[in-house]
Amino acid sequence: MGEYLVKRLAQMVPTLLFVSILIFGLQQLLPGDPAKILAGEEQDPSVIAHLRVKLHLDEPLPMRYAYWVGGVLKGDFGESVRTQQPVLELVLQKLPVTIQLGTMAFVIALLIGIPTGIVAAVERGTWWDSAANAVALWGISTPNFWLGILLILLFSVQLGWLPASGYVSPFEDLKANLASMIMPAFVLGNALAAVLMRHTRSAMLQVLSSDYVRTARAKGLSERAVVLKHALRNALTPVITLGALELGTLLSGAVLTEQVFTIPGFGKLIVDSVFNRDYAVVQGVVLVTATAYIVLSLLADVAYFIVNPRLQHG
Amino acid sequence: MDMAAVLPAHDVAPPRAQAGPWRRALRRLLRRRPAVVGLAVVGLFIALALLAPWIAPHDPVATSWGAIRKAPSVAHWFGTDDIGRDVLSRVIFGTRASLLAGVVSVSISLLLGVPIGLAAGFIGGLVDALISRLTDAFLAVPFLILAIALAAFLGPSLTNAMIAIGVSATPIFVRLTRAQVINVKVEDYVEAARALGNPPWRVAIRHVMPNVTAPLIVQATLAIAAAVIAEASLSFLGLGQQPPEPSWGSMLNTAKNYVDQAPWMAVWPGLAIFLLVLAFNLVGDGLRDALDPRQL
Repeated sequence: MGEYLVKRLAQMVPTLLFVSILIFGLQQLLPGDPAKILAGEEQDPSVIAHLRVKLHLDEPLPMRYAYWVGGVLKGDFGESVRTQQPVLELVLQKLPVTIQLGTMAFVIALLIGIPTGIVAAVERGTWWDSAANAVALWGISTPNFWLGILLILLFSVQLGWLPASGYVSPFEDLKANLASMIMPAFVLGNALAAVLMRHTRSAMLQVLSSDYVRTARAKGLSERAVVLKHALRNALTPVITLGALELGTLLSGAVLTEQVFTIPGFGKLIVDSVFNRDYAVVQGVVLVTATAYIVLSLLADVAYFIVNPRLQHG
Repeated sequence: MDMAAVLPAHDVAPPRAQAGPWRRALRRLLRRRPAVVGLAVVGLFIALALLAPWIAPHDPVATSWGAIRKAPSVAHWFGTDDIGRDVLSRVIFGTRASLLAGVVSVSISLLLGVPIGLAAGFIGGLVDALISRLTDAFLAVPFLILAIALAAFLGPSLTNAMIAIGVSATPIFVRLTRAQVINVKVEDYVEAARALGNPPWRVAIRHVMPNVTAPLIVQATLAIAAAVIAEASLSFLGLGQQPPEPSWGSMLNTAKNYVDQAPWMAVWPGLAIFLLVLAFNLVGDGLRDALDPRQL
């Protein structure tokens, strides 16, 4: 286990190094002088001069990268051009909202994706299987911002049951918070449910044809016990692990969902920063996202390693 | 006698996928009803895109202050938008941006990803390690977030959105090509081609590449579906096609402000995205089954 962990941690180092180069490189895509672009419309010469010094623009590229990465390692992601707030502070402010949205979406995806996947596998080739596959196809083919608009139309405009937009902190009013988050969470969970359904179906099909399931059936156990007690337990491990790796899908989806429902989270921060030409914030958000993904992949791998005894002895 | 001395290296019969298996795969594809429906819908959208100037009932950018947010009627089948433009005509013309983005982005991904993946898988060693870590780095950034960041730094336009989507999707093709090449390069016929004195580039292009194309075709079809959604997403955020040119994503961006007054503005462009993406996904799923090596 220790050896495996060290190996995986060692693999993370070059990946993080390349991620940092990639994100630093984004700034080089800006056409023209970055200091002039970052200085905004006023083009104040003193601001331009300040930015030039601050961003080390007169120094060679490798030195600029070294300064930037040195700052990042100390937690200095730069500061927002618009609010003058440190980028890390801004990101940490918005993150809890997106974490709540993502967690609710993940739970909804599990509640839809796993049962439909089980039904599709158990009833393979039947009408149920086709229906579950249709649900999955719907999930991966529906743009979530469109689904969001349709749900607003139905539940907010027509029925008046849920608020169309806005966000209330759960610490202020939990009921209002859940009312404002349930639609966005469903929209976000919809696509993930489709992915989980497909993973569950294929994992269940594999497990259901294995020897130990055949033995369980031969012992005379009920089909319900075979499926839910024996097969599902083993099929779920890769599903949960693969599901954890869908963090990227969730975060990408969150950008759009937060935009539709005007939720002040991580996704809205990146979009607002793009339009305010607040490039340091864009870089910060991308860096935090990538790092979170890399760490989560590591945790998912380690979890898979722990629950799979064959890997430990192999 | 040394065979290589007798036979010109390029004359060795390569065990390429021949017309037979491809034709059988096509027949299998056409036997799958969902895939055929998908192909028909894609064909319909291609026809709409090509014939847009002739079949659109109105000019897609012409505004009419007398017809603001009019509900669907005989004059405007899909209704009109916030500045009186015909929604049907904009949906028809919007097909062009979506299809163009899907095809161009995936072509960029293929043009970049396949040679890089081929190099990683075929050369191996340090080149492979370097490319693999770089691919991991790209894959660590969620697809749409990377596309947003790239589009933001490049500047908002349809061309830049296509570049951003294409570059963001490249790592998937690098990884897929590399994995396929690693499997194929140890096959006997590749060893034989090498032993007969073919230069590495010819072995890679003539003997390895033809045998890794099937999964690439499947992935490319599914990637077009993802690229169509990505373009619509970027346009929805204002980073793709710029107004007044029509794009389904930007139409939805405007529509979200008028959901209570003019819901038709949101229904049709969204339905168009859904249908086109669904069609490409159906074709992709059908191709995956039809090109399954166990059946070829």
